[in-house]
Amino acid sequence: MQPPITPNEIAVIVGNNTEKVFTTMLGLEVQAGPVDPKATLTNEEGKVVCLVGFTGQWSGSGSISCSASLACAISGKLLMTEYESVNDEVLDAMGEMANMIIGNFKDEAAAALGPLGLSTPTVIFGNNFQTRNWNGQSWIAVPFSCEGECFEVKICLVPNPALSAQGAAKTPDLQAV
Amino acid sequence: MALDVLIVDDSAAIRKILHRVLAQTDIALGDVLEAGDGVEALAVLGKRKIGLVLSDINMPNMDGLQFLTSVRANAEWNSMPVIMITTEGSQEKVMDAVQRGAQGYVRKPFTAEQIKEKISSCLAGQ
Repeated sequence: MQPPITPNEIAVIVGNNTEKVFTTMLGLEVQAGPVDPKATLTNEEGKVVCLVGFTGQWSGSGSISCSASLACAISGKLLMTEYESVNDEVLDAMGEMANMIIGNFKDEAAAALGPLGLSTPTVIFGNNFQTRNWNGQSWIAVPFSCEGECFEVKICLVPNPALSAQGAAKTPDLQAV
Repeated sequence: MALDVLIVDDSAAIRKILHRVLAQTDIALGDVLEAGDGVEALAVLGKRKIGLVLSDINMPNMDGLQFLTSVRANAEWNSMPVIMITTEGSQEKVMDAVQRGAQGYVRKPFTAEQIKEKISSCLAGQ
């Protein structure tokens, strides 16, 4: 079951809000790349990964992942401090970036998906790990270039059986990928 | 008279940014205190007289709306200016915050100018 908005529409909302957060908070331009509507297992070797959960008639998660060096550059711009390596301040700053991007996505997507709640962010940094969704659900992945590096914003949304039945009458027709 | 300010946010990054923005304002600043959630914030208010609160909404333990309700229920803090600075932008959340007594609402991402303008208008209305 696909969300009542298409992956491309989700990608547009992700793109607009990512650009807004980067320009407003960091003064940095970002360039969106081609969307992958069916991303699954992702190798996150050496990356900083920030996860924020959705709850509501549709549940799932949003994530941002980037290299350690880009995380340091983004955090440095946000906090006006130079970081040479990932530390607690960098992890906190990246969690807040995810909170703003995914949080703004949530408010815009709620027009189609109904009210959504948001978890506080979880931030992971390390080597030799992968991310995947429970039960093989795929992500809608939007790559961006920034400061000569790439980062990715991903969204996974699945119907919440307990709540989606209550709101089924309000849900628009499902659209094909 | 110097204004003591309390920043309530579970993100140390946002607390640091707001510290910096406050230092750029024309306000005669006293101490800028920090709390990571509503529970910590109420503890600070119990010990110090605060002239302005900048609070997030989504926080662990006690969120910003619950914190605001507790503040307004206390006669001593009843008229203390509280500005919500949050990712939450839904009309319901904004209305909820205003009905609970928030004097201002700024959505993240924000510019320093937006925060400064909101603080100025909030303090001018006191």
